[in-house]
Amino acid sequence: MSDVTLNSNAASFAAVPAAPAEMRLSIEQASYAYSAGDRAAPLFTLEATSLHARRQELVAIVGPNASGKSTLLRLISGALRPLSGRVQLDGFEVSALDPRTRARRIAVVQQESPLLFPTRVAEYVLQGRHPYGQTLRFETPEDLTIAEQALAQVGAAHLRGRWMHQISGGEKQKVVLARALAQQPLLLLLDEPTLHLDIGAQVDLLQQLRRLAESHGYTIVVVTHELNLAAEFADQVALLHRGKCLRFGTPAEVYRRELLEQVFGAALEVEPGPAGRPRVTPLARREKFSL
Amino acid sequence: MQPLTPKRLAWICGSLAAVLLIVVIVSLKVGAVPISVIDLVSSLGRVAIGRSAQLPSEYSLIVFEIRLPRILLGILVGAALSVAGAGFQALLRNPLADPYVLGVSSGAALGAIISLIVASRASFAMPLAAFAGALATIAGVYFLGRRGGQLDSHILLLAGIITASFLSALIMFLMTTLSGGELRGIAFWLMGDLTSTKTPVGLGWLFTVLLLAIGAIYTTAADLNLLLSGEQEAMHLGVDVPRVKLVVYVSASLLTGLAVSVSGAIGYVGLLVPHVMRLLFGSDHRLLIPTTALGGAITIVVADTLARTIVSPTELPVGAMTAMAGAPVFIYLLRRRLQ
Repeated sequence: MSDVTLNSNAASFAAVPAAPAEMRLSIEQASYAYSAGDRAAPLFTLEATSLHARRQELVAIVGPNASGKSTLLRLISGALRPLSGRVQLDGFEVSALDPRTRARRIAVVQQESPLLFPTRVAEYVLQGRHPYGQTLRFETPEDLTIAEQALAQVGAAHLRGRWMHQISGGEKQKVVLARALAQQPLLLLLDEPTLHLDIGAQVDLLQQLRRLAESHGYTIVVVTHELNLAAEFADQVALLHRGKCLRFGTPAEVYRRELLEQVFGAALEVEPGPAGRPRVTPLARREKFSL
Repeated sequence: MQPLTPKRLAWICGSLAAVLLIVVIVSLKVGAVPISVIDLVSSLGRVAIGRSAQLPSEYSLIVFEIRLPRILLGILVGAALSVAGAGFQALLRNPLADPYVLGVSSGAALGAIISLIVASRASFAMPLAAFAGALATIAGVYFLGRRGGQLDSHILLLAGIITASFLSALIMFLMTTLSGGELRGIAFWLMGDLTSTKTPVGLGWLFTVLLLAIGAIYTTAADLNLLLSGEQEAMHLGVDVPRVKLVVYVSASLLTGLAVSVSGAIGYVGLLVPHVMRLLFGSDHRLLIPTTALGGAITIVVADTLARTIVSPTELPVGAMTAMAGAPVFIYLLRRRLQ
């Protein structure tokens, strides 16, 4: 008898209320822990995190170093399987998809992608068509058209004949993005895409992502250190701190002065900006310099 | 954009095959006993359509019993070692990887020698033992070459070179247990030698295994292109990374074991040939694997022809020829990488 009650309890417990149908990405109580060995204590834990994103939405994941941003992104990309909870894209558990299917639905732009042998920009973008090909994957005219369009979409069509190791950081970022677009994904994940870019290129990139989300219906998740860019361009922001998702909501909901000061350990000023997009300014301790 | 098309692939491979054919004919011709090219070609043609050769019987003996089997072995060994090298380079993301430098050839040689001592009568034992030795060595070197969970290309090379010298010491130790006559044969064989046309199993078998292993690696060619930028990247682009690694490690070890069991440890071919092919045709593995196989065959046939003609009537081991050409190239590539 007691077994039956236990089972039914477990069943009702597992039936977490489903996310609304229009949600594309839905993360329910997903957690993860890294450890050196099977029995060692975990070195880092990402506690149960929930977040949701619709079509055309841009979500930013912000937080200090080692707060779990990249772990969360790897859970979303399916590279890691959550220890508990679920990470679903259109109702499918992402870590259970086979690599090819997953690559057709999720594209990832990583921080660094080192190249061993010289590659031309065009060849590099064509790699994005890999999950669509047959065994030897000779590119079809359709693949070429899609790769050309992807390059054009990021404004890098003129680079197609150049070598990857001879273009600038900003140009490279565009080409890497073009390769991701050539995958024709539903979900686009970017790990600190603004890292080595100057402010002009940063704004450019985020504007581009915004436009792409709206025109092509991508759901975009960006990990970034740039609080103001996140506030300016993201629909939703997840604030992570020491492996915990402290807040998830619109920039205005998440950017509270006390909260940000506590998380980043610095004196900050948060001003409400236009259209509910707050601005964060660091306050230098001026006492030393005042006359 | 100009991507790889089946037509371009066929053209390039066809041209290399033609070069190989010419090299084979020249190699059949030159040697201690000169034979005219016209006689040779017409005889080859007659044999190919199933009739007896036109050459006088003593020439026929030299061409078909001595030179041709040796050339076929050269083709086999060159193709096997070069494709194994290209496979290791892609998986280890290290352009300096090569079955010889990584110690895999020594592992295969040790396996082969153990099988000679333990079970000298069983003809299939030697290639199988060489394969097992190759596989065990690459697994060991792979784990030695890691630092903090990441493959470190310089530590990997060091691990390979140290492993090779350790295995060579073991081979020396085992050789002292052998008698004098066997010893000279093995010493020559270890240097990389194609003179022993008496293969442990039939040439037909060897070529079947060669084609199967190269074919297996070729099915992963498009995946290898992506693996060059890292396993994470490749996975995000839809590559089933564990499957590709398994297929390529096993096939490349099989190729190394195959080559070593018939010809001993011929060095640097697996380094030199993929590198030249990359310079000529680019680094797309769909083109690189077949061109490397053909280029390796050409290289070994040429090297062996030189080895048996430049100090005629005596002969050099072909491994000495490839090492003389390959070692300086290795040093050059290493220096260029460090700069």
